[in-house]
Amino acid sequence: MEAIAEQFFNLEIMVLAWPTIWRGLLLTLLLCSVVIVLGLSGGLMVALLCTSRNPLVRIPVIIVVDIFRAIPPLVLLIFVYSGLPFAGIQLSPFTAVCVAFFLNNSAYYGEIYRAGIESIGTGQTEAARSTGLSKLQTMTYVIIPQAVRNVLPDLLSNTIEVVKLTSIASVVAFQELLYSAEMIRSITYNASPIVMAGAIYLAMLWPVVRLLSRLEHRIDG
Amino acid sequence: MAAWERFIDTFFKWEVIAEYLPEIAKGFLITCEIAVLVVLCGLVLGLALAVLRSYRVRPINVVIVVFVDTHRALPPLVLILLFYFGLPNVGISLSGFAVLWVVLTLVLASFAEEIFWAGILSVDKGQWQAARSTGLGFTQTMFYVVLPQAVRMMIPPLTNRTIAITKNTALGSVIGVGEILNEATTAQSFSGNASPLMVGAIAYLILFLPVVYLGRWIETRFAWKKA
Repeated sequence: MEAIAEQFFNLEIMVLAWPTIWRGLLLTLLLCSVVIVLGLSGGLMVALLCTSRNPLVRIPVIIVVDIFRAIPPLVLLIFVYSGLPFAGIQLSPFTAVCVAFFLNNSAYYGEIYRAGIESIGTGQTEAARSTGLSKLQTMTYVIIPQAVRNVLPDLLSNTIEVVKLTSIASVVAFQELLYSAEMIRSITYNASPIVMAGAIYLAMLWPVVRLLSRLEHRIDG
Repeated sequence: MAAWERFIDTFFKWEVIAEYLPEIAKGFLITCEIAVLVVLCGLVLGLALAVLRSYRVRPINVVIVVFVDTHRALPPLVLILLFYFGLPNVGISLSGFAVLWVVLTLVLASFAEEIFWAGILSVDKGQWQAARSTGLGFTQTMFYVVLPQAVRMMIPPLTNRTIAITKNTALGSVIGVGEILNEATTAQSFSGNASPLMVGAIAYLILFLPVVYLGRWIETRFAWKKA
């Protein structure tokens, strides 16, 4: 029991680790805000292209989306970070994470938006167009607002995944929360900093997970 | 050198690919092994937890909900590092393979429990009452009447989640499990060429593209429940 407390809940080490972990947390938050915005907008773009009636637009986009859905995000990240330099494209860890996440998240968010857009009946489009709205106006004012509302739980759930996924940025030495914790662990040989990082992720995400499971049960039940 | 040739030389250099292909193939098998183990254990454990939860014993349910929420809120990489680097110091030493297996199983079980539970709740109360009034016991009702209907409804979200979690096997490269990504990055640093990484990426495509399509097919196949 004492060994466990010593190894996982060592207060001394936690106090020592706090400044570093705090910096890591700030970077995690920065990273999250950038990649969520990128993913949400990229996803919308993907969804609009996927629902396009022109097959020359639709089919290539669908193939690319499928490829990015099939490749694990970590593989994509390592490819961007340490594969592209061989082709003369050297990116900083932050940029590499943003690029890899943009590709991966746009595919996932795109799929969710697409389901939302397809859940709106064609009657809506016809009605909107017949009142004189343009195609673009129909999308922005009629279809998308309803589509987003329909898939809100899925968007939320994917956003939780994205926040969790930012932890893989530690693998390419971006000094976010988990990287900071792991750095101190490797110096002190004590797992408390990782417990701390875990506690911070829990504090950020548990309320959202609770909310989500309420939403899901209400919709299904 | 033309740009095209340079591209081929960087990402599809045949000599490098031929040299490291056996290693990557070994990694491919390990990824498959972990994936199968995780999917089997995770789904069974998730179903078991959901059934256990339906008996509505309060203390047990609190434990289940906390377990599930924790694993849904924590990044898998945090759990992996915690298990791999933390446990040996308290006398539990697991191999990288075992850590990856255990962690991904727990994560998948948590998501699966939540999905199964939502499915069980979505089966109409009348089904329960009718089954019980014909003389079936609680457990019989669960397994013969409720679950068959619930599982059918829950298959699309379950496939999606399972695919997403199986892709996390790539995280094993962080703790030295010799799966595809690990073999590919090792080969890349030995050869000083990005081709092994490309082969690794293609290996993942071979493994997961069919699964993604299967998932999509299942989604349309079971779409009737969505309305």
